[in-house]
Amino acid sequence: MSLYETRRKNNAIATGLAWLAAGFGLLWLTLILGTLVYEGGRGLSPTVFTQMTPPPGSTGGLANAIAGSLLMSAIGVAIGTPLGMLAGTYLAEYGRHTKLAMIVRFINDILLSAPSIVIGLFVYEILVHPMGHFSAISGAVALSLLVVPVVLRTTEDMLLLVPGSMREAASALGAPRAMVIGKIAYRAAKAGLITGVLLAVARVSGETAPLLFTALNNQFWSSNLNAPMASLPVVIFQFALSPYKDWQQLAWTGALLITCAVLTLSIVARTLGAGRRKSR
Amino acid sequence: MTNAFNVTKPHPVKVSVRGLNFYYGSSHALKSVSLPLNENKVTAFIGPSGCGKSTLLRVLNRMYDLYPGHRAEGEVLLDGENILDPAIDVNALRARVGMVFQKPTPFPMSIYDNIAFGIKLYEKLPVAELDVRVEQALRGAALWDEVKDKLHTSGLGLSGGQQQRLCIARSVAVQPEVILFDEPCSALDPISTAKVEELIEELAEEYTIAIVTHNMQQAVRVSDYTAFMYLGELIEFGQTDDIFNKPAEKRTLDYITGRFG
Repeated sequence: MSLYETRRKNNAIATGLAWLAAGFGLLWLTLILGTLVYEGGRGLSPTVFTQMTPPPGSTGGLANAIAGSLLMSAIGVAIGTPLGMLAGTYLAEYGRHTKLAMIVRFINDILLSAPSIVIGLFVYEILVHPMGHFSAISGAVALSLLVVPVVLRTTEDMLLLVPGSMREAASALGAPRAMVIGKIAYRAAKAGLITGVLLAVARVSGETAPLLFTALNNQFWSSNLNAPMASLPVVIFQFALSPYKDWQQLAWTGALLITCAVLTLSIVARTLGAGRRKSR
Repeated sequence: MTNAFNVTKPHPVKVSVRGLNFYYGSSHALKSVSLPLNENKVTAFIGPSGCGKSTLLRVLNRMYDLYPGHRAEGEVLLDGENILDPAIDVNALRARVGMVFQKPTPFPMSIYDNIAFGIKLYEKLPVAELDVRVEQALRGAALWDEVKDKLHTSGLGLSGGQQQRLCIARSVAVQPEVILFDEPCSALDPISTAKVEELIEELAEEYTIAIVTHNMQQAVRVSDYTAFMYLGELIEFGQTDDIFNKPAEKRTLDYITGRFG
């Protein structure tokens, strides 16, 4: 009986500690999000979306930075997604146990956790330096290098979840390999694959370091891929460190915008993921 | 083990397995197996787990090709043509030799598309004709009446037994010559099992059928010929009545009377 009492007591202590730890984590998250909403929300107005980043002391918005972020992320994802998907497909469907696949998987894991500043420096060396100037396209390439490992990993993981019996059934009908993968495996893993791309978008949309070395910044509206381009993270970085109150305010608002975008993407990705599990 | 054959009446042979050896890497899973599959007859493969009956089935449509390290030696003649020949087009072979698996494996698409998938692999048909073929296949698998009003809903929404009949319809739609069943009822309830067994008997009028089963009553009910396998060897092959009523081998008798396995 006393053994039982001890267990009950231990259980109560462990449960209490778990609650405390969870509460402690949540507290900081709430504080961060609360400050962000409070500080960023104060600066929210239509001009944020319509006006360019201002010189210190005058009014302005983030229009060029928002557009730059959208454009460079879109190009980055457009380059990185096919590469990541094809490589992930190779690992899950063709390579699986080959030595090459093991090496690719290992390198991809390194790439996945590589500091993004290293990616920025790398693209600086291979693109910015030879071109002689900063450009939006080199920014997009840097972002695409961050997209590849995320998409590759999720593609491989999601394809591995497709039961082998499904592939066998399609093969048994005489479907060639490419069709088994393209028509059956991709379809079965569809929600997971989309989730991977959304997560990659969320990952790159907040990246500052790779853009700092590649796309730099631009005070004005620009859609020229061969010229420097503004982006939200870089503008936040620059404005937040400045001594000017109005710049700092815009930095808060920009941070709020990015957070909301990433939050929305994550929720959509989660919902899709949940839908997939239910349909099984 | 050819001396164990006790086939009395000759039938046209659709598939002839001759001296077949099969290896999973270094493990020797089938040991010089020889037997015929007679045309428009149902042949059952029985034996305890691990005896090689599923392995034998998966050689007949070269399913083992999907996995590295799996190797078959010997001859398997389909209408006189050796399907183990590396030069043979495996996809074309699988169009002629269909397979239904232990667990129902509907594709993640509509009931209609599940059937159309296989047809579209080989034929480019106008929609109206495709509709007819899908209906024929579903009728052939005794599923039409149950699904005709929801052809465009997901195949995953059907019950287990319906899913299995969908998979049978999918195989039939490709118009194969041989259909292989790998324990098709082991995941089904008794009513669904009865329906699938009935279906197999009907299908035998048009197709040559091989079925792997753990259930000896099922072998008796659906098959014309039975092969008893043990530890990778074919112990006895003959007409189902003979195998179950007067087996020539003691091991066959022991197995069918439940003394081991």
